[in-house]
Amino acid sequence: MMLVIAEQRSGRLHRASWEALAAAQEFAAGQPVEALVLGSGVAQAAAELSQAAVGAVHLVEHPALQSYTPDGYVLALQQAFGTLRPEQVFLPHTYQTRDFAPKLAARLDRALITDCVAAKRSDAGASFFRPVYQGKLVAEVAAEGEFPHLVTIQIGAFRSDKVARGPAAAEVKPLAVQLDGSQIRERPEEPFQEAKQAVDLSQAERIVAVGRGIKAQEHIALAEQLAGALGAQLAASRPICDSGWLPMERQVGSSGQTVAPKLYVALGISGAIQHVVGMKGARTIVAINKDADAPIFEIADYGIVGDLFEIVPAMISALEKS
Amino acid sequence: MKIAVCIKQVPVREWQPAVEETRRAIRERDASFEMNEPDAYALEEALRLREQHSGEVVVCTAGPARASQVLREALARGADRGIHVEHDGLTSIGADSFAVAAVLVDAIRDERFDLVLTGLQSDDQGAAQTGVILAERLGLPHATIVMEVQVAAGGLRVKRELEGGWFQWVELPLPALVTIQSGINQLRYATLKGIMAAKKKEIRKVSPGALPAAHVRVVSLDVPRKTKQTQMIAGPASEAAKVLVDKLKNDARVLG
Repeated sequence: MMLVIAEQRSGRLHRASWEALAAAQEFAAGQPVEALVLGSGVAQAAAELSQAAVGAVHLVEHPALQSYTPDGYVLALQQAFGTLRPEQVFLPHTYQTRDFAPKLAARLDRALITDCVAAKRSDAGASFFRPVYQGKLVAEVAAEGEFPHLVTIQIGAFRSDKVARGPAAAEVKPLAVQLDGSQIRERPEEPFQEAKQAVDLSQAERIVAVGRGIKAQEHIALAEQLAGALGAQLAASRPICDSGWLPMERQVGSSGQTVAPKLYVALGISGAIQHVVGMKGARTIVAINKDADAPIFEIADYGIVGDLFEIVPAMISALEKS
Repeated sequence: MKIAVCIKQVPVREWQPAVEETRRAIRERDASFEMNEPDAYALEEALRLREQHSGEVVVCTAGPARASQVLREALARGADRGIHVEHDGLTSIGADSFAVAAVLVDAIRDERFDLVLTGLQSDDQGAAQTGVILAERLGLPHATIVMEVQVAAGGLRVKRELEGGWFQWVELPLPALVTIQSGINQLRYATLKGIMAAKKKEIRKVSPGALPAAHVRVVSLDVPRKTKQTQMIAGPASEAAKVLVDKLKNDARVLG
């Protein structure tokens, strides 16, 4: 049996849970897929999951699971796996999964394959594809040893609207676990946002984004001029915001904003996966980079290999003339 | 506070990895190597904690002979001593997260560190597993993707990064393990004095014997398949820029 662990916060399902479910349904090719959600007061999330074509939804509720903790989640899932005996377990590759899945795999001493973008079954067995070397290569990997094998699915790699719906709601089955608050060592506080985001890049029609290739803070002005000429918002990849060259609120990627503009111009951005997940929904992507092997060209509609300090001023002048 | 920092030596970011004919490894002899970037931030955080609370910073790596270079660099930046678990099987792509965690645990368990820091993931495999597996094997509580570390009574208060601009403070008792996000601090670089001093610092070599069985096997490495038809625009910068603007205006129709 294949099992999908859905993620919820305050009872709301993380959209990547649906993507993991879509990946599992595709991989299972008709074999039974079941889902599991854990927390406290999350019956509504289980009911939502039951709309999908799954064999059952397992509902693991306990007061000690009210807030996410790695100790609580690992204890609960270890017991759930003991009862359900899943073969493959798919999870969305969220920050929360990254926090507990390796601990769960280590507790069980079972394989964990993270950040998968595709899965394959053949006579040789199951294999999974994941980016390595910042997306410059793709590795096909296989899990060794006994089930369960844990697999995390990259956000955006599968489409949530591809989830097959069931003819009727699947049965929601409560699954009891024994937990004691004293077993949980982490004391989490409430999640918060640093500041109200003044810039909502998700609504921008055009975006000019800068990466490491911009080299120095004084060159940001050049990107700003291009943004002005295009009527675009300025954005950046993480290293630029880490350096303080642009405020965090202009960061696009897994730790920043997710955007889907008509036009996205990537200046000196290599295309590391953490950035790409935040912008690959853009309709037209332009990549300008001196490195012809940069992964950003894989997803670009138009690409120029060259020196952005020559190309950008030429673009600004061409835009002013047109 | 006695702090361990676990560091991986990885191929430099700028390198386009060349794949061996077996397609199961990269041509490491063609690569230059550097300190994994998130690990450099973990080292910096450890040095800052030592400056505030005194103690010792011990840098640890698991890798082939070449990996001792990152320990020297860390010692030059101010770490007190190093531990190198040396094995030819611990290559850039071949080092299985479970195997790395197992040999590191054997090498550091008896040191009884108050705090173990690592970067959140490596720039080569990017599995984001070794640190958390290490925590479980050492019996330590952990927190991942951390952007601030405060020392509180008997423990730590750390700021975890969540997705989409959200954060969360978590308290942990010590000893603990924390994985550090890039950008948590401003990195320092080695001074000439630091480089000279590093030459006298101890690096303890550990030979693990046989490596534990891997949990994940590399079947094949390949360049990613294009998902889009990319129109590459060649020519001198001024020409290419003109062609691009024209295409954006008249083909893609995304201007104005």
